[in-house]
Amino acid sequence: MELALSPEDAAFRDEVRAFIAENYPAEMRVPNPETDLTKEQSLLWHRILHKKGWIAPLWPKEYGGPGWSITRRFIFEQETSRAGTLPPLAFSVTMVGPVIYTFGNEAQKKKFLPRILSGEDWWCQGYSEPGSGSDLATVRTKAVRDGDHYIVNGHKTWTTLAQHADWIFCLVRTDPNAKPQSGISFLLIDMKSPGVTVRPIITIDGSHEVNDVFLENVRVPAENLIGEENKGWTYAKFLLGNERTSMAGIGRSTRYINKLKQIVEAEVPSDDPMHLDFQREIALVELDVLALEATELRVVAQMARGIDPGPAASLFKIRGTEIFQRITELTHRAIGSCGLALREQPVSANHFMPGHEYGHTAAEKYLNSRKLSIYGGSNEIQRNIIAKAVLGL
Amino acid sequence: MDIQFTEEQELLRSSIQRLLRDQYDFEARRKIVADEQGFSHRQWAAFAELGLLAAPFAEDAGGLGGGPLSTMIIAHEFGRHLVVEPFVETVVLAGGLIERLGDTVQKQAFIPDIVDGKKIWTLAWTEKGGRFDLADVTTTARRESDDYVLSGGKTAVIAAPWADYLVVSARTSGSRKDHGGVSLFVVDRRAAGVDLQSFKTIDGRRAAEISLRNVRGQLLGKEGEGLAALEACRDRAIGALCAEAVGAMGELNSATLEYSKTRKQFGTTIGSFQVLQHRMVDMFIAHQEALSLMQHLNLSISGGEAGLSRLASGAKTKIGYAAKFVADQAVQLHGGMGMTDELNVGHYFKRISSINIQFGDPAFHVLRYARFGAAA
Ligand SMILES: Cc1cc2nc3c(=O)[nH]c(=O)nc-3n(C[C@H](O)[C@H](O)[C@H](O)COP(=O)(O)OP(=O)(O)OC[C@H]3O[C@@H](n4cnc5c(N)ncnc54)[C@H](O)[C@@H]3O)c2cc1C
Ligand SMILES: Cc1cc2nc3c(=O)[nH]c(=O)nc-3n(C[C@H](O)[C@H](O)[C@H](O)COP(=O)(O)OP(=O)(O)OC[C@H]3O[C@@H](n4cnc5c(N)ncnc54)[C@H](O)[C@@H]3O)c2cc1C
Repeated sequence: MELALSPEDAAFRDEVRAFIAENYPAEMRVPNPETDLTKEQSLLWHRILHKKGWIAPLWPKEYGGPGWSITRRFIFEQETSRAGTLPPLAFSVTMVGPVIYTFGNEAQKKKFLPRILSGEDWWCQGYSEPGSGSDLATVRTKAVRDGDHYIVNGHKTWTTLAQHADWIFCLVRTDPNAKPQSGISFLLIDMKSPGVTVRPIITIDGSHEVNDVFLENVRVPAENLIGEENKGWTYAKFLLGNERTSMAGIGRSTRYINKLKQIVEAEVPSDDPMHLDFQREIALVELDVLALEATELRVVAQMARGIDPGPAASLFKIRGTEIFQRITELTHRAIGSCGLALREQPVSANHFMPGHEYGHTAAEKYLNSRKLSIYGGSNEIQRNIIAKAVLGL
Repeated sequence: MDIQFTEEQELLRSSIQRLLRDQYDFEARRKIVADEQGFSHRQWAAFAELGLLAAPFAEDAGGLGGGPLSTMIIAHEFGRHLVVEPFVETVVLAGGLIERLGDTVQKQAFIPDIVDGKKIWTLAWTEKGGRFDLADVTTTARRESDDYVLSGGKTAVIAAPWADYLVVSARTSGSRKDHGGVSLFVVDRRAAGVDLQSFKTIDGRRAAEISLRNVRGQLLGKEGEGLAALEACRDRAIGALCAEAVGAMGELNSATLEYSKTRKQFGTTIGSFQVLQHRMVDMFIAHQEALSLMQHLNLSISGGEAGLSRLASGAKTKIGYAAKFVADQAVQLHGGMGMTDELNVGHYFKRISSINIQFGDPAFHVLRYARFGAAA
């Protein structure tokens, strides 16, 4: 399905397509880019996009964005995800960048934005804490003003890729006496500061993606406070809206469905009744994608006409993640007994894996994608949002 | 239809529970899995000492005569504790086949060593591209004086890296997928021509791709009798795997319920949110139904009832989907914690995923069940 494109936009789409084909680094085409690339390798594409001026489609031109229309942003998103390129680090480009240019002061914009664009700084998201997951407003990490500094104490958790990070953006409590939402501030912390410790959390797929981040008497210059003290909740919510926009994941789902079809053709003989069963299951999930894609195009068209999509992001997050989980389940099923094998982490050529290479990441993807309905605001929380904000319950 | 356990069965159950509680908590298991070997000889010896490896065998074969119900009791407790040692592979699969097909000499040669925990066995039946069809056999066995010589390959054989002996399905006649001509052989896992490529499984066990090049094997039963024996063996294996799955489901449900009563968000326990309450009610119902079917199936296996194989596929389907639902939701309701390697919840999830693959996934078995029904 395609948007009805003007000739100019169609030309733009072709340009994006050609650019990806010519420039996407071959060494990033590994079985599982999320686990198999070093930090440097995963930044290769980021740097290429930066050079081209395409690294931050969302950003206004004055801060280094390409100044695209909503339609073009959507085309770019669609083409890059259809082509299976590794998206630039969302924490940097999609999350903290827009907070800084929207709510930060001039000095902060000058200091941080160029380094986000170039990929020099790697950011991680310090929102969740052991006691504050779905109920983020109860964060307890404390920041106490001491002259020109804040002294920060607390424990952030589930921090994705903190092991690579140069900076962490944190929700911290600056007013313990105010109502939960009113006492929170948005603070940028240098990961090299004394008192910051990162401890790996290994997930069920065996990978090291998330971490605990301990903050012990960390001295943070007060100039790293975004906006006003105790207004952090507003900035945090602004950011969460951005986090969920690309969650429909149509390009990715379409790519994985195509791969699934190839695997089924290779694995299940056409005279086996299971062949028809797989075709039926695949058709059902394809229809789910079709319906979600049509919904996305409808919302994009409305946004292009200036209509606020409201909590459409919640709908995309729920359905996009459910669909992708289903595709990973079917893929895992399609490889039969070889689905018993799980690649050992860290990945190495010394570890034998049975079956064809196309199946080697099926188990880990199946396991890892359980996270999709939990993080970024769980799917239960997204349903609560729709119930409240759309249905008025 | 609730099973009233006999005193003996109750004793068996409580003694396993005691052993596993004392020696096989989650941390002990973690150490076993992380060990280079990946399983514990010491535990295996303890299982033997308790009589678990003897329980299902008939008394005249050197067993305790507990039959499929003792298997169910053991597998259920093993499922609760995520035991990695190859009980099903050694006792239910290989042991069951030896008991059914072996001659007196073979039974005397092999069963006592199984019962005493001296030898570990597994069954090698799956082949590349064969999916879950027991008759999809291309490995060949050719007669050579008193012995047979096997050539071919087997795929994803659980416990093969641990095993001393393999029971291998191979063709003595016919061609791929023919129902006739499949025979079973005892192969020394360390024999010349047996090559293993080992790997770790999602549920913390070990498996291997096996290649066989002119390997000596000893016929088990008569030529061409293999498929019927494999089918019966699969029914029993399903009985045991279902019991493991139900054990795992029960643990997931109590862990989730407990967590929902202690984990607080929005100033209250998450168990007070109605959407999660209903989810846990459905998990409870899924477990109850699975438990009933598990008992029903294993009673039928004990009684050798007609239509058993259809029921086995039906139970594998219902319990497989029920277990998957419970596992999915247990992870979901634990939030980020459910994703961690540290918590046992994810390990139950993976064990259930593995059970759902072994001997065919629920989508395979529902079709098998339907086709039986159509023929009836
Ligand atoms: C792989 C992964 C990566 C992550 N990366 C980051 C990161 O980089 N930075 C960061 O800050 N956080 C990150 N998170 C944390 C993530 O945002 C939280 O896990 C999520 O918000 C859920 O919080 P929780 O885990 O504490 O679960 P809880 O909030 O304790 O929820 C437990 C269960 O209760 C349900 N529940 C809670 N409240 C309600 C309600 N009101 N109604 C109905 N159901 C409810 C939830 O949906 C869930 O099923 C990550 C998590 C994962 C798993
Ligand atoms: C065919 C038929 C025969 C019947 N026969 C009899 C009879 O012989 N004698 C008799 O006394 N009554 C009878 N009833 C009435 C029946 O008991 C009521 O319809 C039933 O109790 C639901 O009440 P309600 O229709 O007022 O719906 P409501 O109670 O208004 O419920 C509407 C919806 O809200 C849901 N809901 C309500 N409360 C909650 C809650 N706390 N949490 C979550 N969801 C909730 C309900 O599940 C339902 O989906 C009959 C009804 C039908 C349809």
